[in-house]
Amino acid sequence: MIYSLVGYYSLVLGLIVGLTLFYFSFKNFNNATILNSKILSFTFLQFFFVVISFLCLIFSFVVSDFSNETVFNNSHTTKPLFYKISGTWGNHEGSLLLWLLVLTFFIFIFLLKTKNQPIKYKILTLVFQQVIIIGFFIFLIKTSNPFNYLFPIPVEGLGLNPILQDPALAIHPPILYLGYVGSSIIFSSVLSATALKMISISWATHIKKWILTSWIFLTLGILLGSIWAYYELGWGGFWFWDPVENVSLMPWLALTTLLHCIMVLEKKNILSSWTIILSIATFTLSMCGTFLVRSGILNSVHTFANDPERGVFILIFLFILIFLSLFIFFFFHKDNEKNSNQFFWLSKETSILINNWFMMYFLSVVLIGTVYPIFLDVISSEKISVGPPFYHKLIIPFLIPFLLMMAIGPKLKWIKSDFENKFYLICLLLISIFLAYFILKSFNQKILINTILISSALYLFFITIRDFFVKKYKNLSQNISHFGFSLLILSILFNNLFSSEIITNLKVGETFENSKVNIYFESIDSKKSKNYDSIIANFIIRNSNGEKDKLSPELRIYNQPVIATSEADIKTSLISDKFIVVNLVQNQDYFNVRYQVKPLMMWIWISVILISFGGLISLIKKKS
Amino acid sequence: MRNKILSISVFLFFSIVFVIFFKGLKETNIYTPDLDIKKEIPFFHAKDFYTGKKLNTSDIFKLNQTYLLNIWSSWCVPCRKEHPLLLSLNENKKINIIGMNYKDNKINAEKFLKELGNPYKRVFEDLEGTIAIEWGAYGVPETFLIYNNKIIRKYIGPLNLNIIEEIKLLIK
Repeated sequence: MIYSLVGYYSLVLGLIVGLTLFYFSFKNFNNATILNSKILSFTFLQFFFVVISFLCLIFSFVVSDFSNETVFNNSHTTKPLFYKISGTWGNHEGSLLLWLLVLTFFIFIFLLKTKNQPIKYKILTLVFQQVIIIGFFIFLIKTSNPFNYLFPIPVEGLGLNPILQDPALAIHPPILYLGYVGSSIIFSSVLSATALKMISISWATHIKKWILTSWIFLTLGILLGSIWAYYELGWGGFWFWDPVENVSLMPWLALTTLLHCIMVLEKKNILSSWTIILSIATFTLSMCGTFLVRSGILNSVHTFANDPERGVFILIFLFILIFLSLFIFFFFHKDNEKNSNQFFWLSKETSILINNWFMMYFLSVVLIGTVYPIFLDVISSEKISVGPPFYHKLIIPFLIPFLLMMAIGPKLKWIKSDFENKFYLICLLLISIFLAYFILKSFNQKILINTILISSALYLFFITIRDFFVKKYKNLSQNISHFGFSLLILSILFNNLFSSEIITNLKVGETFENSKVNIYFESIDSKKSKNYDSIIANFIIRNSNGEKDKLSPELRIYNQPVIATSEADIKTSLISDKFIVVNLVQNQDYFNVRYQVKPLMMWIWISVILISFGGLISLIKKKS
Repeated sequence: MRNKILSISVFLFFSIVFVIFFKGLKETNIYTPDLDIKKEIPFFHAKDFYTGKKLNTSDIFKLNQTYLLNIWSSWCVPCRKEHPLLLSLNENKKINIIGMNYKDNKINAEKFLKELGNPYKRVFEDLEGTIAIEWGAYGVPETFLIYNNKIIRKYIGPLNLNIIEEIKLLIK
């Protein structure tokens, strides 16, 4: 009760601080020195209020204060403390409060860390950031107040959706939001730099840190979401091309492209239009993601609470931001014609540019696949859903030139390069082609495209490995990330090619057998936990090498709300994952058993970690 | 000049996108497949609920007759609610009500019919829910109006008085 009051009023105070900051920055813009000392303390004050509000919501969850509507809808007294806390941001209202927390935190850190830039630039960035922050404050207070009061006070809450009760999902939203919202700083900063005409080499060096930071978080955030889907949803896959996954992938693609553009800008002072457009695109795509997920305009496996009123608000807000940034881009930005035509065909910047176009292509495929069903529905009332085959067919063939360019590009010099001492590049290419051919041949996979794909991924793999041992080579961070990427593509390819699946119905004591594997259904146990009851099925699996594994998938019946989930049991090793999940066949002694062997799953996670680790190294190197 | 045209067209493009999204919000996002109206009924095999005899489509549905196929289950709460309506509809001699017992336990299902009465001319079992899938059903309860071996109407969810009136009108 008291927490709700404190939380609500600190939100209002935060909004007031935001409006004050906005007003005074505008009024004293031409006399900026007065503001310089004030803005930092005011921004801190705003951040402080949001922290208080956020803590209040957490406390309400911890003490199970059901007079708070959000707590009532998403918590229950029997839930473990960990999930009570993580439940704070597992719902719509709480997650928006988290957005706001990260927004205010980032602008505070930005002002604290930015010392060598002009004051006007800092203030203008703050103004743009406040536009976003104020928009979110109003959105939160008006349409999704996390502190709504309920009377009479309910005795018990409705509970948290069990599929959200998972450790990976507890940290997935905060990490992902750090990435999403980090892009807001890039957005504000790019707008103010454009308006002040100060897109330059020194600005690029300054903003690159922020791009790297949000890129690392976004990468890890997507990874965590993917891990959650793999372990919790029990479908045996890690990426489903679900709209909600796509909306996190789109900003990532834009941000990755931006990261490469900013490096070119930093070195050669070209591609400034690319940089501006991509910065705008990254943030608007993040916002667009919030819109698509929160408004319920899309149909998705992620069943969030929907409310059209919220949708209208975010939509209008999103387009205000889009039009504002387009206006600034078209009226203030004049591309430097002199520099932009100096591209030699064989140079590092040309290769980056080519891959940028590929990235834009991937981005548009994902964008069209996600948004086109909505358009079609509105225009012709026809409902379609776009599935994985669409994405696979359109993306996979273009990965081949993309991978080759990724391998060769870093070998080229800036401005102008030649073919001297590039003999090893051809050797490695031949080796990769032969290797790919023999791997596929020995496993009786004869499709041509697989050979080409695997050989191009192997090519990048070998070249990056070679570079780790070449002393002259200095760009370690880039090399780690590219190495991680080649590993990722290789693991995904082998995972797809060599996965196997068995679906059968078994009773206790029965055995399923084929030439490769023997599945014995040993017994059933039942267990009671604090927030669920479970049936545990024990299987003994022997493969043809005589290896024996014991796997025990579960069926859980959660008590609040009453939902049955099946928990897969997964034996993970470096080489492959053994994945088993059971389902009840209604009112029979049989269980439906799905057993999968998925090679190299572990390496998909490792390679994504490597990719973001490369970014981390680059960030640390910049600071020292 | 070129820049102006570009900027105006970009603004225009985003305005159109805005309008489409805005309209999209107003529309329902529940994706229902097109109703298979006037579709031939599927062919299937099933077991009779009481005798355990094997049945197929032609044993149950005859040409030039009106049938109401009701998918029900003893564990389904809305089924209990719609049950009296089925009983009252059963007084109409023009219609034959057929029950599909969906993913149920036999003892509970028998108890259900004993307690609430049996409106069905015939009941068959669908223990694994596979026959319901062949019919294109989403779950329980669901009801199909069938004439001349064609599906005339499909009602998702429990029946109500309005639907009963509509059915009565249709069979006239």
